[in-house]
Amino acid sequence: MALWGCLAGGRGVVEALLSVRGLRKRFGGLAATDDVTLDVRPGELHALIGPNGAGKTTLIGQLTGEITPDAGHVVFCGEDITRLSVAARVKRGLARSFQIVQLLDDDTALANVALAVQAQAGHSFRFWRAAGRDAGLLEPARALLEQVGLARHDTRVADLSHGERKLLELAMALAARPQLLLLDEPMAGLGAAESLAMTETLRALKGGLSILLIEHDMEAVFALADRITVLVYGRAIATGTAEEIRANPAVQDAYLAEELAP
Amino acid sequence: MRNALPPLAVLLAAAIALPWAAEALGQPATIGLATRILCLGIAAASLNLILGHGGMVSFGHALYYGLGAYTVGILWEHFRLGEPIFGVIPGSNELLVTLPIAMVVAGVAAAVIGALSLRTSGVQFIMITLAFAQMGFFLFVGLKAYGGDDGMLVRRRNIVPGLDLRDQNQLYWLCLGFLVAWLLLQWRIVESRFGRVLEGIRQNERRMAAIGIATYRYKLVAFIIAGMGCGLAGALTANYLRFVSPDLMAWQKSGEIMVMVILGGVGTLLGPVVGAAALVGMEYVLGGITENWQFFLGPILLAVVLWAPGGIMGLLGRGARRG
Repeated sequence: MALWGCLAGGRGVVEALLSVRGLRKRFGGLAATDDVTLDVRPGELHALIGPNGAGKTTLIGQLTGEITPDAGHVVFCGEDITRLSVAARVKRGLARSFQIVQLLDDDTALANVALAVQAQAGHSFRFWRAAGRDAGLLEPARALLEQVGLARHDTRVADLSHGERKLLELAMALAARPQLLLLDEPMAGLGAAESLAMTETLRALKGGLSILLIEHDMEAVFALADRITVLVYGRAIATGTAEEIRANPAVQDAYLAEELAP
Repeated sequence: MRNALPPLAVLLAAAIALPWAAEALGQPATIGLATRILCLGIAAASLNLILGHGGMVSFGHALYYGLGAYTVGILWEHFRLGEPIFGVIPGSNELLVTLPIAMVVAGVAAAVIGALSLRTSGVQFIMITLAFAQMGFFLFVGLKAYGGDDGMLVRRRNIVPGLDLRDQNQLYWLCLGFLVAWLLLQWRIVESRFGRVLEGIRQNERRMAAIGIATYRYKLVAFIIAGMGCGLAGALTANYLRFVSPDLMAWQKSGEIMVMVILGGVGTLLGPVVGAAALVGMEYVLGGITENWQFFLGPILLAVVLWAPGGIMGLLGRGARRG
């Protein structure tokens, strides 16, 4: 099972799959990430919520490697990955989806996922055999598309609906066979029915791998999350179960009062 | 690709038959023109690998063209004088020796320049590749031992077992063979796993990193392959012209090669060759009418960029779909 891959790696039992310690990032006078400490345990679905401008995107950028923190550490499977490149982190089992979809628009959905499968199948310095009919890439790619429930395999991304692209984002991330999946607002821009379908898809994934879910859709967050961390002005002000977060007065002040008003 | 095979076969047969047709029609000068098109076609095709498929807009691609040509020229010079280069490397007039060396020289230069310039992107990348090419240009302008800015003659074409390159038909067929081989290789590369990665980098490099691809090394390898292809084109050109000069690697030449790719169709297999034919053909026809033929080339290029972004291949494709 992929989930326990890092435990078998000889580093001993780790309590947290991902631990973030004292992470800081400033943009000029703005502390976008202000001393954030956070643990994602093996197998849990951990949600990260916070009002707009709380620094969620900056934080996920530092976890994936697109943004270098000013201070602090990101430890994955017991290994300090703070200075590793984006691609190196993916190789270690840390994959992500994008809030604003990042796909190959000229290619079909299937070709997109096939390329993501290829990226996991060793190096791509293979110059002669055609990749477009390689069953070793296409079959896993089809399986992933079916897993996320995207039916139009052979449609170009440019012709897919927004909801379908969000599903494709998820399939691309899963193709990396991650131990930890960072999902950056997978429900953003989805209709009510699509949101529900995505919630069910995520529920089916739960347990098989760890997920750090950044999401504005509170209904989905409270339905899915084992634990929730609340980020406000770059600081993690609370972490706990759904009930604990709902009951936390600081959280209510900062955030939930407006969101969960009856 | 399958239904493209019959037209390709017809095209190839016509290209093979061209020297005989030119002689029958009393137009032997056409063969030289066609040889130039073949050489420039290889150069443009190689640029298309990084520009059209990898999204790397190199504005210094003629440097590798010039390096390939100078390799043939310098090897010839030392062969003629009987003096080894640096007292160690003997000169040569054998194509089977000079051509691979030209490709290696261009490839090594591309490796060094690519390793540095691929750390940038966008306008910076365009400018830095241009700067490196200009450095090469002025280096050869200053190399008086090899003719400086006057260039130098390669009095006799290289020799190949079984062929006589003094015969312009045989040189033409040789160049045609290399063009076909290069296009075949590049077609395989574009369809391969490596080509898929390259195409992905062009479309969305951020996405490629997010699926675990370390994009830099793929871009670098593509850059080196393209440099080697252009070195091959330059080596053949030196044999055709029997003359090499720094102009072969001037920025105008880089621009010309880029224009061929855009005119013919970016990211298509035959586009760069068609673009080379179109540009050389226009130069020939318009140049016969007026000395200021480039004045008329401008509007034509403008029209292509504005109304036919897919280039000539895009227009042909549209026509075929309608017909």
